[in-house]
Amino acid sequence: MSLFLWGLVIIFVGGLASLINGRRAGLASFFGAAGAVAGSITAVIPAFKVFLHGVTESFRLNWNIPFGSFFVQIDAISAVFLIPIFGLSAIAAVYGAEYLLAYREKKNLGAPWFFYNLLLIGMALVVVARNGLLFLVAWEIMSLSSFFLVTFEYERQTVRQAGLIYLIAMHIGTAFLVVFFILLGHHAGSLDFDKISGVPSSLANVLFMLAIVGFGTKAGFMPLHVWLPYAHPAAPSHVSAVMSGVMIKTGIYGLVRALTILGFPPAWWCWVLILIGAVSGVLGVLFALAQHDLKRLLAYHSVENIGIITIGLGVGLLGINMNSPILAVLGFAGGLFHVINHAVFKGLLFLGAGAVLHSCKTGHIDLLGGIIKRMPWTAFTFLIGSIAICGLPPLNGFVSEFLIYLGVFKNGMGGGLEAVIPALIVIGALALIGGLALACFTKAFGVIFLGHPRSDYAQQAHEVGPGMKFSMVTLAALCLLLGIFSPLVIKSAENVILEITLLTFPDVQAELASASTVLWNFVFVSLILFGIIGVFTVLRKLLLSGRCVRQTVTWDCGYAQPGPKMQYTATSFAQPLTDLFKLFLRTRKDISHPKGVFPVQSAFHTDTSDISEKYMYEPAYKWISLLLSKLRWFQHGRLQIYVLYIALTLGILLIWKMM
Amino acid sequence: MIILKLLNMVIALAAAPLLLGIINRTKAVFAGRTGQPLLQLYYDIWKLLRKGAVYSRSTSWIFRVGPVIGLSVALIAAALIPFGGLPAVISFKGDLILFAYLFGLSRFFTVLMAMDTGSSFEGMGASREVTFSTLSEPALLIGLAAIAKYTGYISLSQMFSSLNLSVWLNAGPAFVLVGFAILIVFLTENSRIPIDDPNTHLELTMIHEVMILDHSGPDLAMILYGAAIKMWLLGAILIGIVVPVHSGNALFDISAAMLFMILLAIVIGVIESSMARLKLLHVPQLLIGATTLSILALVLILR
Amino acid sequence: MNNAADTIMIFLVLTNLTLLGLSRLGTCIRIVAVQGVVLGLLPLLLNGWSLELHLVFFSAAIISLKGIVFPWLLTRALRDLKTQREVEPLIGYGTSIALGMVILVICMWLGSRLPLPVAAMSTLIVPVAFFTIMSGLFLIISRKKAVTQVLGYLVMENGIYTFGVALVQKQPVLVELGILLDVFVAVFVMGITMFHINREFDHIDTDQLSRLKV
Repeated sequence: MSLFLWGLVIIFVGGLASLINGRRAGLASFFGAAGAVAGSITAVIPAFKVFLHGVTESFRLNWNIPFGSFFVQIDAISAVFLIPIFGLSAIAAVYGAEYLLAYREKKNLGAPWFFYNLLLIGMALVVVARNGLLFLVAWEIMSLSSFFLVTFEYERQTVRQAGLIYLIAMHIGTAFLVVFFILLGHHAGSLDFDKISGVPSSLANVLFMLAIVGFGTKAGFMPLHVWLPYAHPAAPSHVSAVMSGVMIKTGIYGLVRALTILGFPPAWWCWVLILIGAVSGVLGVLFALAQHDLKRLLAYHSVENIGIITIGLGVGLLGINMNSPILAVLGFAGGLFHVINHAVFKGLLFLGAGAVLHSCKTGHIDLLGGIIKRMPWTAFTFLIGSIAICGLPPLNGFVSEFLIYLGVFKNGMGGGLEAVIPALIVIGALALIGGLALACFTKAFGVIFLGHPRSDYAQQAHEVGPGMKFSMVTLAALCLLLGIFSPLVIKSAENVILEITLLTFPDVQAELASASTVLWNFVFVSLILFGIIGVFTVLRKLLLSGRCVRQTVTWDCGYAQPGPKMQYTATSFAQPLTDLFKLFLRTRKDISHPKGVFPVQSAFHTDTSDISEKYMYEPAYKWISLLLSKLRWFQHGRLQIYVLYIALTLGILLIWKMM
Repeated sequence: MIILKLLNMVIALAAAPLLLGIINRTKAVFAGRTGQPLLQLYYDIWKLLRKGAVYSRSTSWIFRVGPVIGLSVALIAAALIPFGGLPAVISFKGDLILFAYLFGLSRFFTVLMAMDTGSSFEGMGASREVTFSTLSEPALLIGLAAIAKYTGYISLSQMFSSLNLSVWLNAGPAFVLVGFAILIVFLTENSRIPIDDPNTHLELTMIHEVMILDHSGPDLAMILYGAAIKMWLLGAILIGIVVPVHSGNALFDISAAMLFMILLAIVIGVIESSMARLKLLHVPQLLIGATTLSILALVLILR
Repeated sequence: MNNAADTIMIFLVLTNLTLLGLSRLGTCIRIVAVQGVVLGLLPLLLNGWSLELHLVFFSAAIISLKGIVFPWLLTRALRDLKTQREVEPLIGYGTSIALGMVILVICMWLGSRLPLPVAAMSTLIVPVAFFTIMSGLFLIISRKKAVTQVLGYLVMENGIYTFGVALVQKQPVLVELGILLDVFVAVFVMGITMFHINREFDHIDTDQLSRLKV
């Protein structure tokens, strides 16, 4: 445990040193990144130990605040979240050290590094805190420091707006969490998690809904996700990677932790989770498909993946409810493994997007093209990330989805209607998500990296430096390794599953063992696949050696002057699917048709605004602002009157206390 | 036993190109022509393997590695599918999911290869391919889930070997539904009429053919062979569900399955000769319909 | 498991789903007609093909009404109206089928919750009857043309009929005849109304009727 706390101290000191040296860009980057990397490595060691051996480590310090105590503990659940938090943050820090240097002329780099390291500390504290108050403090540190990171380029209007949306969304979520903890503390008489038990079911139901809204806002459940597509594109890319890869997972963590506290789950909780997961998954990827901006597209994919994770949790919870160890173990194992996997491949993809943004100065998909030749490393790693996020074998993304599939298949085979309907929903949702994700990433990769450059932005592409390359290659390698060594990872997950499900040890072990046997088969198939690919590559080389291999223009069906503008665009590529689901997407199209024999100008523009933003939040805020405008007479802008308000309030409080 | 399993795979790899020959011959008979030789695809592949290649200047390594991955995936998938009572070479719980996703991998690269050329026609084909496959995937997986529910197994080999012709007495209606759903998936995935016309000569209207316009030589041979294997495997699933003959005599079972494969090819030929291609806008409706059939079958089996 | 009754039920589900996904009004009318004929055979089948006179008479009445008279009336109306397709439905065809699937699953669940005595015959009858009623309602809600709405009404009636046959196995005649009479009048009136609306306004979009209230 002390190793963990020392790690946090190192991270903080690094951030502080960076803040002091803010004017010297190189030094600031060095201190910030070095602090984050060294601290992460130090702090992740105890997390690994706990994950493998399942021995909980804790540390308690009394705190001079009512209900507060500095009570931290690393158990297996915390460890599962700590490992990706530290891992991805360290890798992203290496990337950021190079990425942020592009701003050295314009900006003080001390502040972003300080807040980056603070964000890291906040996230780590959230997952180890075992006291409600400490948890909320850590939660706020995390939200505020990431707010400052999102508004790094505050001189741009869109960034400021994104920052505001983010800040407001986070605090609406936090408000629900405050109520959550107050109710919990009221019931138990203490906010220390270990003192809370035996929550009555009526209270548990309320708490569950509060947790869904509070944590769901952070995680990005479908109607609550509005901040993601604004905040992720606005932040610097390594920060987006951390935010999307691990920060939103703290919402999932909170939910899992809440579930362990709230006791036996009634069936409707499971249904709520599965449905939220299915809706977030399908709609998330659909909206991603309709986006034109690469980082916005990736942000919507985070909603999709959070959906998959939530499906996993819902399935696991259903397993507890139905007393089916198969479902419980495979659901939670799949969901939690997807937490790790998503951190790896989404981190990778955001870093890749950052590299594109860094060298092309635009993230607009339809302006790019053909940069695979100018940025081979970025292209290769982005390809790996794309395959992984589509859930395709042999990479890690497949494994977690496979586990969830396996759970519902196995359970559905044995049970009646109650077992088959969730299976039907989950199989349908996952299959649809898989297909749509494939469409989305072939669009993104195909249009950005392949073909011809569509604009001058794409012409100026150049490969990024060694630091950024290193980070991307590391994450790409992890995608492959987590796929190949998945049986080992799954087998060692027994402590986590035990803590969440409260099943008996032999049950969990047996289920995990059989799952990992199945996964060994998958690994076997993957290895053979690599072998065959290797053999065929050599064969193809041999066949073509010494033969006539020519280069020419693309077959253009007889048209002699193909140009880059004639390529299929991302918008047209996605059009059949976006049209098919127009009920949800409500894409607005502005067309001015070409006119006359020699048309001069014509234009086509599509815009897909978020349904929950447009039909849920906007009307709600309109009402709220209408309501609050009634209170405007209260505010005149005269200082004297404000002082009077303060005096009056104090006076009334004094009198009330005296009575 | 291992020899029998390997025999299954050898048959798939050797006989796969024959299916297309039979389909084309059936279509020719319907049109009153003599038609190509039955072994035309073998000749084509052999011819292409001996040729050089022409590459577009806009393509990258994706374009070159794609065919290799496509064929490798088809080979490994062949190891997962049981045929005519013979179990698959590799079988484990949930292999049907791996099977569906493996073809996702090969589709991923086919689509990227098409985008790599920068041709708007190939982009168009790619866009249609991802649209239709998105909708056919749920139909296939839920259809297989229905069979899994009926048999109680979730590995393809166990599932198929526990079926026999008596299913038609016990759950006939459900099997008709699954059969139709998987037939639609078969037609979609192998780009047959009424979804896609493999013989059209207008690039604008193609789906699969247009994506591989720029390939030549050994690359094209690999793509053609991979597509043939894919057709064989999906066909094997279809006949494994619809006409599960299990007499216990391996030789008899295999011959029966071969016969049914030939019959399937003839049926496909008849469908292609007697139907027009659907409007592209109507294809999604057909595929959603297929998913519906699968769901309905699952609900039926449930009771 | 009663395979023949099951098959009819599945046939009913499939025809309903097809109706949700079709735009050609002529085909829709024919499908509803076939549905009527098949349903006409249902009472005979549920009684094990025992050819009692009143049952045969009843079946014949149903078949001739649902399979011949209604389709004939509707086809005639269609011919006079010169509309062949449902254009721009409020809910698209693909979406309609998908929603239909959701409704079906809900009906299955409802059916499993209702302890009705018919379960012995075929467990599918109750959910499918529900589903048929629901799809009829769905058609009425989501389509604009009056013809489709009449069809939706007929489908709904088919659902009620199935329910009736299942519940009152021996003597469904009284219930059924009452309903049939209602429907008959309804179709008749609708046909006449449609004809007149069309003559006055040159179209039969029912949502344009709201203009009349000004």
